Amino acid sequence: SCSCTVVSKQPLASKMAGADSDDSLYPIAVLIDELRNEDVQLRLNSIKKLSTIALALGVERTRTELLPFLTDTIYDEDEVLLALAEQLGNFTMLVGGPEYVHCLLPPLESLATVEETVVRDKAVESLRKISHEHSPVDLEVHFEPLVKRLASGDWFTSRTSACGLFSVCYPRVSSTVKAEIRQHFRTLCSDDTPMVRRAAASKLGEFAKVLELEYVKSDIISLFTALASDEQDSVRLLAVEAGVSIATLLPQEDLEALVMPTLRQAAEDKSWRVRYMVADKFSDLQKAVGPEITKNDLVPAFQNLLKDCEAEVRAAAANKVKEFCENLPEDSRETIIMTHILPCVKELVSDTNQHVKSALASVIMGLSTILGKDNTIEHLLPLFLAQLKDECPEVRLNIISNLDCVNEVIGIRQLSQSLLPAIVELAEDAKWRVRLAIIEYMPLLAGQLGVEFFDEKLNSLCMAWLVDHVYAIREAATCNLMKLVEKFGAEWAQNTIVPKVLGMANDPNYLHRMTTLFCINALSEVCGQEITTKHMLPVVFKMSNDQVANVRFNVAKSLQKIGPVLDSNCLQTEVKPVLEKLASDQDMDVKYFAQEAISVLSLA
Amino acid sequence: SALAMSSAATTPPSVDKVDGFSRKSVRKAKQKRSQSSSQFRSQGKPIELTPLPLLKDVSAQEQPELFLKKLQQCCAVFDFMDTLSDLKMKEYKRSTLNELVDYVTVSRGYLTEQAYPEVVKMVSYNIFRTLPPSDSNEFDPEEDEPTLEASWPHLQLVYEFFIRFLESQEFQPSIAKKYIDQKFVLQLLELFDSEDPRERDYLKTVLHRIYGKFLGLRAFIRKQINNIFLRFVYETEHFNGVAELLEILGSIINGFALPLKAEHKQFLVKVLIPLHTVRSLSLFHAQLAYCIVQFLEKDPALTEPVIRGLLKFWPKTCSQKEVMFLGELEEILDVIEPTQFVKIQEPLFKQISKCVSSPHFQVAERALYYWNNEYIMSLIEENSNVILPIMFTSLYRISKEHWNPAIVALVYNVLKAFMEMNSTLFDELTSTYKSDRQREKKKEKEREELWKRLEDLELKRSLQSDGIIPT
Repeated sequence: SCSCTVVSKQPLASKMAGADSDDSLYPIAVLIDELRNEDVQLRLNSIKKLSTIALALGVERTRTELLPFLTDTIYDEDEVLLALAEQLGNFTMLVGGPEYVHCLLPPLESLATVEETVVRDKAVESLRKISHEHSPVDLEVHFEPLVKRLASGDWFTSRTSACGLFSVCYPRVSSTVKAEIRQHFRTLCSDDTPMVRRAAASKLGEFAKVLELEYVKSDIISLFTALASDEQDSVRLLAVEAGVSIATLLPQEDLEALVMPTLRQAAEDKSWRVRYMVADKFSDLQKAVGPEITKNDLVPAFQNLLKDCEAEVRAAAANKVKEFCENLPEDSRETIIMTHILPCVKELVSDTNQHVKSALASVIMGLSTILGKDNTIEHLLPLFLAQLKDECPEVRLNIISNLDCVNEVIGIRQLSQSLLPAIVELAEDAKWRVRLAIIEYMPLLAGQLGVEFFDEKLNSLCMAWLVDHVYAIREAATCNLMKLVEKFGAEWAQNTIVPKVLGMANDPNYLHRMTTLFCINALSEVCGQEITTKHMLPVVFKMSNDQVANVRFNVAKSLQKIGPVLDSNCLQTEVKPVLEKLASDQDMDVKYFAQEAISVLSLA
Repeated sequence: SALAMSSAATTPPSVDKVDGFSRKSVRKAKQKRSQSSSQFRSQGKPIELTPLPLLKDVSAQEQPELFLKKLQQCCAVFDFMDTLSDLKMKEYKRSTLNELVDYVTVSRGYLTEQAYPEVVKMVSYNIFRTLPPSDSNEFDPEEDEPTLEASWPHLQLVYEFFIRFLESQEFQPSIAKKYIDQKFVLQLLELFDSEDPRERDYLKTVLHRIYGKFLGLRAFIRKQINNIFLRFVYETEHFNGVAELLEILGSIINGFALPLKAEHKQFLVKVLIPLHTVRSLSLFHAQLAYCIVQFLEKDPALTEPVIRGLLKFWPKTCSQKEVMFLGELEEILDVIEPTQFVKIQEPLFKQISKCVSSPHFQVAERALYYWNNEYIMSLIEENSNVILPIMFTSLYRISKEHWNPAIVALVYNVLKAFMEMNSTLFDELTSTYKSDRQREKKKEKEREELWKRLEDLELKRSLQSDGIIPT
């Protein structure tokens, strides 16, 4: 039915500007055969290389033959259509530049009407992209009529797609056309298909941004109010987000009358999904409405959300506690937090739902910076302690991972006195992720507490982690030792940890013997040549006779690793013979790593 | 969820070593979970209802008045998550509801015009609520126990009452339609998302009765079900009541007048067919296939678009779904007219040929079972000239290569059947098998060369435009 089905016998070269005459003597039919291949995968591959095909055809035939073909054969598997929709968004140069970009509209228009959401969304994305490449005249002549056609399509898919296109053409068309666009958008906001109303509601904020302020006040507000009281909660919840965007556009004095009644109603909506959305967007909302409305309206609304009957809503609100408090007006911040927010927070610490508690635990530490030292010690510390003992590991984990912000406020002494017992307990927590979080916090704690306190209270914990039954913990414990030596120095290492680490070389469990090697790998550099040569090396040599092959090849790896710390004499006379022996080991892997070490250390 | 929480709190801190590979059903302690409806209203205030006399204890003239009063009392909704609150009043409401159920079943002359709005109000107050969030995001209806509605002791009786009311001989749709309107139906449809299968079952009966009695609401109900399905397919993939809604539709389709309206055909092609793409297809496939076959029995001309639709959405990776598709296709073939069969046989058997050579033996087996179906066999025989060349390559290859001996045996039978059907063509295909494969390989090579040249061209062009080589 289209011109391209006629097999062209003419070579293309003459029509292709700038191509050598030897190149690309492909009749379009051959290329189109590729796009029609029976095998979906091959068809998909061809579509993904559509730009190559267009290049071979040249701009003119791409416009006159390839695009009509693509427009006509739009019925295909969604995966192929998706690839096509994406390709066409980058096709401007291949059809001859902005002057001809409107040629891309017909296939994209078809793609914007298909059923599958991902295809449609991609087509809309590509249309938005190429809209910017249209001249203002082309936009009115070609693009805007397309938007209108989609907006009045029979099936909901085209109307849904239209919603995403209004905002890109509105700023660049004449005022008559602008009025038409506003009218179309209004119609879609009251479409009788909820899918279309949802699409319109989700684009309402974006559309409001490109409208003149007078129309925001006259048109957008009424649409917003209508969508926010839609019979379907899936529409109402989308209006909430639009409300936030609209609030940022309006002058302060209009907010109360134009958006607040609707937003207040949303915060008390009978559907938890809508209230959840309000909670989720609360920080943006707070910024949009400013300090006065925050004090009068948002504080009580936030309290209600924190006390909501649905756990989902409480968790969403709990997530916003820190941000909300941070952004409160400075003059009344502390009072509001102490009298209105903190009582709710205290209740949430013992909430029945673990998601709520865990959401709170991930932000609650941030309050200490806002409230300062005394309030933190008096009011927050007891909450942190309660949460560190929470039955849910995620709650404990979230608290530990954020200890540093409290540390900055009340100082490590105070912190350690109150929290240390809990921390010691968590060091043996049944969940390894909790133990891991504690280990990662250890170097900081050690640095702040000093060597004496550390040796007394924490050293034994650090050593116990080396024999943990979870590898990730042993690994972290090894790394932790290195950081501790960096803080406390080589002498401390020699006296306190090296003997214990080397002692594990005689452990009956080969995993623990390997931990000795991993520790040596980590410690040799920070401990320096003397300790390494005198104390560690003999142990490594001894382990080269281990009966477990994994230990032996780790010996080879360790020697490679600590080689640079040793002097050349030691390498030649002591390390080399051991590696040579390992290089003739029975085990393949031992041989491999020994040979690798020999070559890396240039001992061959 | 509160029950689950409290029982978790009483178990000692777990030292279990979960290996991460055990099935979900094993890992999760089997516990009956229940949930309350998400009501946004002030809680904690005790509800006081003044006990009323029994309906049978008052005179016939007083009964209508007392009936209204009881309906009004039953508008009070209790918090069932709090198992200790309002015990006495909960029991009172339960017995009142029971009495009302009996009353509408046996009494005559009770249904005054004033009763209609009160009945609808009582039902609305009790059943219409925002459904609570699902207990876990990864709720898997096939593995997990559904969360049960905590207020079921009352809710069940309300549904029971409502159904008896709708089925009552005195019930007059012309009066009721003022109260059972579009808004009512919309809220009713939203409840089909309830996780509690007992509730969905009652809803099915209620909606069916409303569809039967309120002609003015029929088109609206169909349209809203459309919207629910479209949202389910294209937006959320989550809706608990799809099977129940399809079951209702099955009987609705059965009653469609001929010729079918465009609206109904659109529903088939644009809604029912895309429903096959959803991940949880197994939960409603039987009902869906029933609807499809109902349509084809009404209007055989729809066979081609239906089969083409199924082929378009044929599962790419999920073998379990592929087996379901093959089952549905067989149901369709069972009722297909020979003239329709000829129209779609080529694309259809190209797909069947792929299924037969699936490395998943259940898929291959399901497809090969078609050859045990006498009607399908007769269709294949009539059209062996077309079908045999499509199937031959796969069958020939599997007979030599498939890992599963049962499949190889089945394929031998199929090859034998073809040989008996059309021995001339069979011999011809056998003798040209090798040369055909070579021709295919050659074509494949030509393709590769074409693309290589195209890519060289592109590379050269980009070098030119970067000014690296002169134009």
